[in-house]
Amino acid sequence: MLIQIPPRSHCPSSEITPESVYLSRRRFLGAGAVALGAAALPAWARAETPRYAGVEPGQAPAWFAQKLADTRWQAVEAPGEAITPFRDASHYNNFYEFGPDKGDPAANAGQLPTEPWTVRIDGEVGKPGQYALEDLVRPHALEERIYRLRCVEAWSMVIPWLGFPLAELLKRAEPTGNARYVAFETLVDPEHMPGQRSRFALLDWPYREGLRLDEAMHPLTLLAVGMYGRVLPNQNGAPLRLVVPWKYGFKSIKSIVRISLTERQPYTSWQNRAPEEYGFYANVNPAVDHPRWSQKRERRLPSGLFSPNLRDTLPFNGYAEEVAGLYSGMDLTREY
Amino acid sequence: MKHLLWRCCVFVAALLPPPYWLYQAWTFALGPDPGKVLLERLGQGALILLLLTLCLTPLQRATHWSGWALVRRQLGLWCFAYACLHLLAYLVFVLGLDFAQLGGELQKRPYILVGALAWCSLLPLALTSNRFSMRRLGRRWKPLHRLVYAALGLALLHMLWVVRSDIGQWLLYFAWALFLLALRLPGVGRRLGHRAGTP
Repeated sequence: MLIQIPPRSHCPSSEITPESVYLSRRRFLGAGAVALGAAALPAWARAETPRYAGVEPGQAPAWFAQKLADTRWQAVEAPGEAITPFRDASHYNNFYEFGPDKGDPAANAGQLPTEPWTVRIDGEVGKPGQYALEDLVRPHALEERIYRLRCVEAWSMVIPWLGFPLAELLKRAEPTGNARYVAFETLVDPEHMPGQRSRFALLDWPYREGLRLDEAMHPLTLLAVGMYGRVLPNQNGAPLRLVVPWKYGFKSIKSIVRISLTERQPYTSWQNRAPEEYGFYANVNPAVDHPRWSQKRERRLPSGLFSPNLRDTLPFNGYAEEVAGLYSGMDLTREY
Repeated sequence: MKHLLWRCCVFVAALLPPPYWLYQAWTFALGPDPGKVLLERLGQGALILLLLTLCLTPLQRATHWSGWALVRRQLGLWCFAYACLHLLAYLVFVLGLDFAQLGGELQKRPYILVGALAWCSLLPLALTSNRFSMRRLGRRWKPLHRLVYAALGLALLHMLWVVRSDIGQWLLYFAWALFLLALRLPGVGRRLGHRAGTP
């Protein structure tokens, strides 16, 4: 009875190289850099024990493992919310660079090289430049933030991210008086991103997103380098992604290679694809319907077949107290 | 009964997928949002069965094997059964049986309306697929059953509207449908039969 007709993009589980194996070379190189001293620290050992059930330990670069030692765990919590199992958060993803189906990112993202990684910071800043990821992260202490994530397709999760406020990075780049928006770009790498090779993709690459400067500077806006106490899996936007918890998931751009401060509202990929469906602001709002998915309610994942985990959607995804002030005086049915 | 084994095989092949998917959904083998996956598979299944049903007449013409036509009604009814399950999955897993919402959804979301119309155009075909109706409708039966082309067009439009980022898979179905329709153009169909040695 176990007849399965897997999609062509699927490879049997026997052919999948475990993450621990294909990353072991990097780990070997990384471990050489930190030398044995770091490995002997008790903090290192603590970091190796998974903090959440079912977490496959990722093989982190040395700088990340070092950062874990003084991470502020549970700096932001989601009281009364059950955390989505790691397996679901890492195997149910929209990351169209790796394919259109929810399972495609986990199946196809493993081979994306995330080390070395550089991020260009440019535009209306005093200190533009091209920065190695570890240099970008070095001055910042990591925090664990447990945030609700709400997709515009009406499903949601609760995910413990590891990262630091985007505001800290922007301040270091010294925005000029002209800076009013922040624009982001995802990597273009058709060799490792099969979705970018598709001739039938409706999105244009690189994937681009943007925020108004005050949204970007808001203390809840996070640049994440990890989740569930480990590095980000590639399908979740390794090695650097944005998390804006009061907006629909598509605003939280993954695998960032460029951050530009601009005077004008930046171009965004989804707005270009279907402006009536994906506005620039994209705040979670049960009162403003998406043309295809009602936003009044959501399915919190995992959602069983006959015990669907349906719940009412909250304005600003439950973060209204913190962020509603950013939009005072705006008509959010027009600026959706 | 002619080709009994063949008909039984088609029956079993069409019957098995939904209970198997249900079992997978039950065991979370379909991921954390099984209702959504089930919904999509049933919809796709209905479309594939519709396209398969429309393959039978050209196949019959090309090969002269009577087995093709013998399963046409069966496959058509299976298509309707999948469409009904797809509709049921929508009502249960997406609407949560909140029928007050249904009216609003039909008004606001054209792709849902188009899907409903596709289902509505299959309904009379399923209801009149028995011998009694065929006899009663007589010469009107055939024109009525041309509604299948409307159902096909509406189903494809319904699916196109759901696509979020990559249109590749939809184009495959669309090309398949175009091919089947082209085979039904008067000139083309005759040549197909001719090549296979039609008198």
